[in-house]
Parts: sequence; structure tokens; C-alpha cells
Amino acid sequence: MRRRSFLIATGLAGGALVVGGAFVYAPRNRLRRPASFALTQGDPLFNAWVAIAPDGGVTVLVPRQEMGQGITTALPMLVAEELDCDLERVRFEQASVDPVYANATLLADGVPFRPDDRGWLASAARHTQFKVAELLGVQATGGSTSVRDAWTVMRHAGAAARSQIVMAAARRWGVAPSECRTEQGRVMHAPTNRTLGYGELAVEAAHLEVPAKLALKDAGAFRLIGKSQPRLDIPAKTDGTAPYGIDTRVPGLVYAAIGHCPVFGGTLERMDSGKAMRLPGVKSVFELPRTSATEPAVAVIADSWWRAQSALAALDLRWSAGSHARLDSATQHAAYAELLANGKAREYERIGDPRAAFASAGRVLDATYFAPYLAHATMEPMNCTAWLKEGSLELWCGNQSPTLARWAAAKAARVDSDNVVVHTPYLGGGFGRRAETDVVFEAATLAARMPGTPVQLIWSRAEDLQHDRYRPMAMARLRSALGADGAIAAWHHRIVSQSCTQGFTARLLPAAASDLMKDKTTVEGAYDLPYAMPSRQVEHVLAEQPVAVGFWRSVGHSTNAFFVEAFLDEVAHAAGKDPLQYRLAMLAAVPRHRRVLETAARAAGWGKPLRGGRGIALAESFHSIVAQVAEVEVDASRKVHVRRIVCAIDCGRAVNPDTVVAQMESGIVFGLSAALHGEITLKNGRVEQRNFPDYALVGMAGCPAIEVHIVDSGWEHLGGAGEPGTPPVAPAVANAIFAATGERVRRLPIRLA
Amino acid sequence: MAKLTINGVEKEVAVEDAMPLLWVLRETLGLTGAKFGCGVAACGACSVLVGNVATRSCVTSVGTLAGKSITTIEGAAARAPWIALREAWIAEQVPQCGYCQSGMLIASIALLEAKPEPSDAEIDAALTNLCRCGTYPRVRKAIHRAARRLRERR
Repeated sequence: MRRRSFLIATGLAGGALVVGGAFVYAPRNRLRRPASFALTQGDPLFNAWVAIAPDGGVTVLVPRQEMGQGITTALPMLVAEELDCDLERVRFEQASVDPVYANATLLADGVPFRPDDRGWLASAARHTQFKVAELLGVQATGGSTSVRDAWTVMRHAGAAARSQIVMAAARRWGVAPSECRTEQGRVMHAPTNRTLGYGELAVEAAHLEVPAKLALKDAGAFRLIGKSQPRLDIPAKTDGTAPYGIDTRVPGLVYAAIGHCPVFGGTLERMDSGKAMRLPGVKSVFELPRTSATEPAVAVIADSWWRAQSALAALDLRWSAGSHARLDSATQHAAYAELLANGKAREYERIGDPRAAFASAGRVLDATYFAPYLAHATMEPMNCTAWLKEGSLELWCGNQSPTLARWAAAKAARVDSDNVVVHTPYLGGGFGRRAETDVVFEAATLAARMPGTPVQLIWSRAEDLQHDRYRPMAMARLRSALGADGAIAAWHHRIVSQSCTQGFTARLLPAAASDLMKDKTTVEGAYDLPYAMPSRQVEHVLAEQPVAVGFWRSVGHSTNAFFVEAFLDEVAHAAGKDPLQYRLAMLAAVPRHRRVLETAARAAGWGKPLRGGRGIALAESFHSIVAQVAEVEVDASRKVHVRRIVCAIDCGRAVNPDTVVAQMESGIVFGLSAALHGEITLKNGRVEQRNFPDYALVGMAGCPAIEVHIVDSGWEHLGGAGEPGTPPVAPAVANAIFAATGERVRRLPIRLA
Repeated sequence: MAKLTINGVEKEVAVEDAMPLLWVLRETLGLTGAKFGCGVAACGACSVLVGNVATRSCVTSVGTLAGKSITTIEGAAARAPWIALREAWIAEQVPQCGYCQSGMLIASIALLEAKPEPSDAEIDAALTNLCRCGTYPRVRKAIHRAARRLRERR
């Protein structure tokens, strides 16, 4: 574990430790067969990514988790493109847990350098992260990285299998491979008019040598990539047959309901389970102590989850509240305001001489912004099924990292991680919540207490909302000095928040966590702005709170885009400029950003008369650039109606364009729920929200019309799609409210006076 | 002991009357298409049809269902709008994570059976299900598409 701790510390924290020089992150290294592998149908496996059955059916092994983003279609498309087969012949299967499937891109993105920083230090750090990722072998889905990480390797996987099939056909026919061509799952030899299906060649082809050099198609030759393909997972998601973790049914299954200590930092003082144990179906009651990964809790095991949950209420419990018994949102706000004024800040960016620029400025704008804690609230509540038998542990759960799930379960059940088998069905939403392993740890703990019996732990919605790893609350002060021409002469942005990366690391591997590590997620979307300004300073003050924080769709961008883009709107208005033109004037050096902003503005009819108001925002995140225009009306009762969102995205080029559109729609609705309703508040050391009535989401009636435009800038600029739709929504809506009413929104969720 | 008619088949289940239908479906009968989302009838992931009414099974005790006909997503093919709805769902590529979609489809069946050509306002009123992935715009389009398809067939 010591080596692992070290790697995590350098890895997750993004330390710039340079390891070796010989490491080459070549796609070829990722084509090997995984060490442990069991295909459900036992078809010939060509490499880690593709198997072909004798009937010609192609199975693509997908090592990323399907949580709604369509990855089980986008990744098979990459393979099928180079393999030259129709997507109709492709099925996908969840890959096993193996280092060959590590998501190196996710860790490389974690380094605290601007994404466009190509300097030696940033490059070395990213390089190191790749190395660390491979050594750790962390298979994870997050950071909008799946397509970027798979882009080269999975096309290579398809091309390698195709070359082996061509070789096998050529041998059978006694002709040169160069005389053969492939199309729709068949090899053809035109001179002799012979053809063979891939399936007929699979057994002999799978073990042939792969040529040292694989030629990939030119983008112009793509038949699948870049053209919308129907998602492979959708039919099963329209008739109730798609399996989720919570649907796991194995013989002898029992169910567990859980109640965590309601107060952060509290402990269980006394429990009387006598009454609960006498209720129908109840089998046992367990106490779960605090660990680095989990809060103290009690669990009831019964033959039905509803019976277990009902019995939970019958437990006579006394929790000792601990030192945070009086913690509430107001005291937290006061603490953050104090840190904002006097806390020790860590600088993440400095351009020019902001101090001097502020000192000599004629006019300075100064505003304080705030965004609350947020819960993920995945529709599928947290759950995990665990079964310990004869020293090996089997898990079924929606997770964003089977590798981390395996580590957590091994630690909890005290078995070797090689003896943990992880099954990952569909995720009923992830959004970062399922990167956490708390529920896995708890389920494995329970399974270890009743060896031989499979147990399904399900958290109630109240537990989900009250014991999440929340989007960090953040407070920010922004200042801007205006020159005589109204342009920004200096920009200062200071943020107070907890660190998700530090919290995540501490839960996973306490020894590896340190507050010495920089965490770029605290300032992303603030220290990496595309706008040209003569001077700028961005700094962060680390807050400590007993509330666990984690990665929430778009992470730091979710708060910082609001702060930056809403404040920029204030500055533009103060300068007497149109907010669109004001932004464009600072984007002369970045044509992609200009184009995205102009595309959204044009499509929305920027400048044309409208009932209500229009607001615009731009945010680059996860290597994609997104601009949104919100159209808003505020009615006589001060209720905000968001009528339409027009969105433009440049993610380089879209592999499956309709999925990118869907992800923008999704990110927008997710961000809109946060902007209009989302708030987790504390009182007496506990979270106040218990269920959807008080943690409200946008519904059908409140959902605006959404229009998405994809701006193409080529394959070399590949970016993510899962998260970048979220950051611009809140500021676009806030700016539209200003346009409609003259009222500034500096605090989320939006509540008009 | 409760007697229930589910997807046209009579079932006897040995549970207390107070147990919500959702858990009988999911645990006793192995019908996992209806999902647990909130337990308080707020999200609609657990929706089933009781007669012709989209009903939140997480708060509906089995004791109240004697003599009533229950249709779950597994039995939805017996309902008139089903094929058109499912085709529309696929054509519009509605689901993302998919977890809420059984409930969305059940609510849509009830809507189209009652109002074959629903307006946007009627869709807003009938589809109070929550979706964290934000599939609402596509759900709306798919309902209109299915309604068109059903009209063409009439």
C-alpha cells in the first residue's frame, strides 16, 4: 500500500515529479490481452478491446461505465470504424478490471497547469501522470475523458484486428494481404472474386502477429465516426430490461437499509435493537464504525429492503453529536467571509502587475459571489450488492471506477484485491458521485459479517442527500480595474472553498492526503481564462469544514464559470459595452472561442427584441468550449421562467454528434436545476434537505427549449462532452435576469428579492 | 396475504398489507422495471398503471390494490400506445442513464390513452416524473411523435 499511497499522492495531486524518460504511452502497449479475462461467450479475443464470434458478431470490450453519456456506443464506434464492420453487428460488453484499461487521460488532466500550457514543466507533469496512471492501473470514468483516452487506442485495436483478419484470409487464399480489402465485416480478394466473413476467419486470425506499423484511416474515410449512430444501450432502456446495480438478484439475497450519524462528526453512543429485531423479516442489526471512507452508521438486514428500512426507524438510537453540533450554514458563511478577507491564499495565476494596475485605476468594480453545497442526487440511489464466499468477494454496483471499488471492498472485507470480482451494470446516473466508494465499503463490510450470504445495501433518498460528498460551497471576491476605454486593466479573483481532491484522496488513502497539494479543481474555470487581460491574479484560500466534498459534474467549473461570467457581465455593463462585444474584444487571439460565442449569439438572435432578457456566457472546460445564451422572463410574482437556452459547443469534432447534443441538453438541465433550485444547507450539524420536495430539480414543465449547435474544429482538438454543458448555464441565466430586470444575481440558487 | 393482478396474471403474495407495491414487484416477483427513486411519490421512477392511472408504486400499499389490474413496464406491450411510444423513444434517442425511463413511459401510456393528441401543457401536467439526465425535451418530442403515429394509424 505504501507504493500505492505514494503514487496516489503524486498522481491525484498532480505533483510535478518527473519519472524516467523512457516511458512511451504508445497505443500498442495498450493492445495486449488483459491478464484476467472471461468473455461471456468465449469468442476469440483479438486484443484487450475486441472479440469476434464465428458468426461474425463483434464484441467490443468497454472499460468505461455507461451512466447516460452513451459511451457504450461511442467507444464501439471507434473500433468498428477501423475494423470495417457495421455497428449493427457490434455488441458491447463491460471489460474486466485490468491495468490495460487504465484511464491515463483522467489523471493527466489533473495537473495544476492551464490546459493550454505546453511548457516543459506542464508537459513533464502530464507525462508523469500517464506513467502513474499506468502503474496504478486505475480504471475510471470521469473528467469527460473517455473518448479522448480511447480515441487512439481503440481505433488501433480495430485496425490491429482487421490486419490480422486480412492476414488470415490472404494465407487461406495464398495471396498477398495487400491485394485484399475489407468492407462491412468481410474480406475480399477482387482478382479472384473471393470473399470470407470475419467470423469464418476469427479463430485462426486472433493469434496472428500484428504488423509493427498499423495504418489508421484518414478522417475523410470515416463511415461511422462523426455521423450520428443510434445508441446501442437505448432499446433495453425503453422496456425495463436494462440492468442497474439495484436490480441485482442472486439466490439467497438479503437487503440492508442504513442510517448514518445525522450530525457530521458525531458517533453512536447507544443502540437498542430489541424492538426492530422483532419486526417481520428482520435478520440482524449491525453497527458500522467511522472509517476514513465512511461515516458511522447502523444497518438493518432483512428479507426485504422496505422491511429493513421500516425496522431502521424502530431502532432506539442515541447519537452523540460531537463538536459540530451547532454548525449551520450561517456560521459557515461567516467563516468563509473571514477567510476571503484574511485567509492565507495560494496563488494559481499571475499575469502582469495587477497590484500596480489596481493602484492606478480610475474605476474598480468589486463584488462577492457565492455558490452553495450541492448534492448529486443520482436517480438510482446509492447501492451495492456484495457476496463473500470462500475468501473471494463478488460485487455488483454502478460505479465510476471498478478499480477503486475493488480496493475499497478488499480493505473493508479484508480480502486480497485480486479476489474481488466487480460487476458493473448500467449506472442510474453518476455525475461524480459514483467515483466515491463509501457504499461499496459499507456493503463489503456487511458481507464480511455474514459470509456466504449475498447482501444488497440500498441508501434511502434521505441518506443520499444527507451523506453525499457534496459539490463544495464556494465564496469568491472578484475585482476589476477599468481603463479609460472601458477595457479591463486588471482582474483579481480570490476563491474560498474546500478541496475535492484532498477530500477524495483522504477518503481513499488517508496517508496520501495533504493540504500541501495544489488542487486545480478549486480554480479551474478561473485560472485558465481565454480572455486577454493585461494583468490578472487568481488565488485560492483553502477552507476546512466537516462536510465531505467531492467531484460534481464539471467540478470547479460549476462555481467558477458562474463567478467569472456573471462578474464579467457586470464589468461589461459598467463599461457601457454590449456583453457579447466586450467578450469578443478579449478573444482576438483565440479564434475557436470567438467562433463558439458568435455561433451561439447568432443562433439566439442576439440584439433582436425579446420579451424578457437575454444573457450570454462562455466557458471552456474539459478541453471543450461552450457558449450559451439564455432567454428569461421574470413574472409579476418575481418567478424566473427560463424559456430557451441556445448552446454552441466546440469539442473538436464529435464522434457521435447526437450524443454530444444530448450531453449538452443534459448538462444544461443539470446546471439549471442547480441555478434555480439546488442548495444543501446545514442546521445543528446536519443537512436539512431530505428528499426531492426540498431538494428540487427542474421538471418537464420548467424545462426550457434547448437548441444545440456543434462547431467543428477538427480531430486534433478533441474535447469532452459529459460535463462542459453545465458551467455556462447559471451565469447565462443570471445575466439574462439582469437584462430583463436590472437585478444582479451574485448568489446561487437564484432567488429574486 | 395479498391477491394482485399484475400484467394480466393473478398473483398471491405473502406480505403485510402495508408493504408498498414497488417492493413486492421488485423483490417478491422479480419485476425490476419499476425503480426506487425517492420513496415519497416525488420522482415517478416507480410508476405503474393501476387500471388506467399512472400510479406511484412506492407509496401504494398492496392492501389497497385488491381487485385492481396493475400494468408494469414488463407488461406494457398490452397497452395500445406502447409500440408507437417505444418506437418514438428509440427514434428520438430519449434515454440517457435510463433509470427514470420506465416511469416516463408508463406516464406517457396513461397520457396517450386519455388524450391521444396532448398539447405541451397537457404533457407538462401529466409528466411530473423527474429525470436527472435532463431528457425532458426528448421525452416531449417522443410523445408528440408517438401521438402523430397513432393518429396516422387511426
